[in-house]
Amino acid sequence: MAAVAHRPRVKAAGHFRHRQESAFARWLLTGVALAFVAAFLLLPLVIVFVQALEKGVAFYFQAILEPDALAAVRLTLLVAVISVPLNTLFGLAAAWCIAKFEFRGKSLLIALIDLPFSVSPVISGLVFILLFGLQGWFGAWLKAHDVEIIFAVPGIVLATMFVTFPFVARELIPLMEEQGKEEEEVAHSLGANGWQIFRRVTLPNVKWGLLYGVLLCNARAMGEFGAVSVVSGHIRGETNTMPLHVEILYNEYNFAGAFAVASLLALLAVVTLIAKSALEWRDERAAAARLKAPV
Amino acid sequence: MPTFRMALAAFALVLSGLFPAAHAAEGTILNVSYDPTRKLYQDFNKAFVAHWKKTSGEDLTVKQSHGGSGKQARSVVDGLQADVVTLALSYDIDAIAEESKLIPADWQKRLPNNSAPYTSTIVFLVRKGNPKGIKDWDDLAKPGIQVITPNPKTSGGARWNYLAAWGYALRKNGNDEKKAREFVEAIYKNVPVLDSGARGSTTTFAQRGIGDVFISWENEAFLAVAEIGKDKVEIVVPSISILAEPPVTVVDGVADKRGTRKVAEEYLKFWYTPEGQDIAGRNYYRPRSAEALAKYKDHFANVALFTIDEQFGGWQKAQKTHFADGGIFDQLYKPK
Repeated sequence: MAAVAHRPRVKAAGHFRHRQESAFARWLLTGVALAFVAAFLLLPLVIVFVQALEKGVAFYFQAILEPDALAAVRLTLLVAVISVPLNTLFGLAAAWCIAKFEFRGKSLLIALIDLPFSVSPVISGLVFILLFGLQGWFGAWLKAHDVEIIFAVPGIVLATMFVTFPFVARELIPLMEEQGKEEEEVAHSLGANGWQIFRRVTLPNVKWGLLYGVLLCNARAMGEFGAVSVVSGHIRGETNTMPLHVEILYNEYNFAGAFAVASLLALLAVVTLIAKSALEWRDERAAAARLKAPV
Repeated sequence: MPTFRMALAAFALVLSGLFPAAHAAEGTILNVSYDPTRKLYQDFNKAFVAHWKKTSGEDLTVKQSHGGSGKQARSVVDGLQADVVTLALSYDIDAIAEESKLIPADWQKRLPNNSAPYTSTIVFLVRKGNPKGIKDWDDLAKPGIQVITPNPKTSGGARWNYLAAWGYALRKNGNDEKKAREFVEAIYKNVPVLDSGARGSTTTFAQRGIGDVFISWENEAFLAVAEIGKDKVEIVVPSISILAEPPVTVVDGVADKRGTRKVAEEYLKFWYTPEGQDIAGRNYYRPRSAEALAKYKDHFANVALFTIDEQFGGWQKAQKTHFADGGIFDQLYKPK
């Protein structure tokens, strides 16, 4: 009985204290949050650029324009150019199926899409070695037909695609589910065919989410290290992506060079973030405009 | 299942059609090597490309891949298209021969000096001024000394380190295996962190400033001093050490398929020319030829060296006894 009677008093006391300290607590929390951002996000970013320019601007550009570094940049872009559109296409198709239709094994499909998120990238790489490596399932067949997958560009593309597989779909599924299928049904009743519905109704509704997913997918495709490292073979100027090249330079005591290439990757991340924020901002403005517009 | 496999294979075929195997182009060979040889092969490749142009008139590009020796061997087994391998120890090439049959079992007899055109040994790197007064292997086993060495299960260099310590103890204690074991155990008690590769350990010692002494390849120690600075670290040479013989060989299965056997063989033979030997000496690897050795004798301290064959009966035996799962290393090293 005493305990029950006690409870409101404790609550009231807590409430009271909370109100008293709110200004202080607010400043404290804001300060802590800002300090965290500075320590864990801004500082590393600054360090990357400071280290990269440690030996001067001339050295910086020399490190970036060196043939092996350029080859790494080219390879990284090539991998992104192949894997991002394919994963976008897949992500759209999968999200559309999952959000707009009911079918057997739907939850299984969702779980499968999430698989690359839950599996360590190193394991993802090893899977491809076990499949396409010389001792793997298709090893003998590939060798007989003179096809190189592992330790060549196709393997790197495959590993990257596997790792970046869920980004677009994961971004779109909740969005499409939330939007429901009423608009599509209306379009259908007005005589639109499947492709028209998709292009005129579904796609415009999710375009911002889609772009966001593509950006995330792209960032990861360019930055992936673990899975690519396993299947790359680390042939200089040939199968080294930018993250792998950074590691190599670092291991060669070429710290300024390593950070120069790393700064390119960091720049890429910054550009991606800015693009993302810009998209969100436009999205919000568009939404606000829609709300304000007379019905 | 078969249709699934067929579909996967078809997909792979389409994908590979997009990218013709890049280094199958004329006049390219791939040398798969271990970590510390980067600068060595930069020099050597430049010289060999010029030599090949002069003797055959053909242009050549030598591609390089570097990594931990054991990992690199595994990649070749899994299909990395190496025309030649130049690894840290013969056991790793034995493993390629055994698991993939790309190399004949007697590969080590194909070139002079056990197919190792250059050698190295194991020395110590200490902080400037040697504050802990480290002079020989005994000092590494003393309590309170922090020793940095990579994991012998994954690093070739670390296996040489381990066997060098073991061989020293055997020689000092009249081949008493039990005493050797206690000695090596005492050293590994002083190891705060086992990195997976030699380069990782160098970073631990040099960049992170952990440890009093770093057991290292002689050539890596020289490179570390050059890169980190004479004012920060210095080399200590023990009284006895091991003769490390990093071997080289052509990967027959790959070279024959790609039609590169001739250039690959010539590439490795070039090591045994005066020019090749000079490149080894210049890069702090101990040359085999007397002239090159004499030229660079100031680099190389006079240290009594034993070979793995005379002390351990060869790599196969040493690997099985010491580094296989459940072997002596597993028994004596207990992670903290």
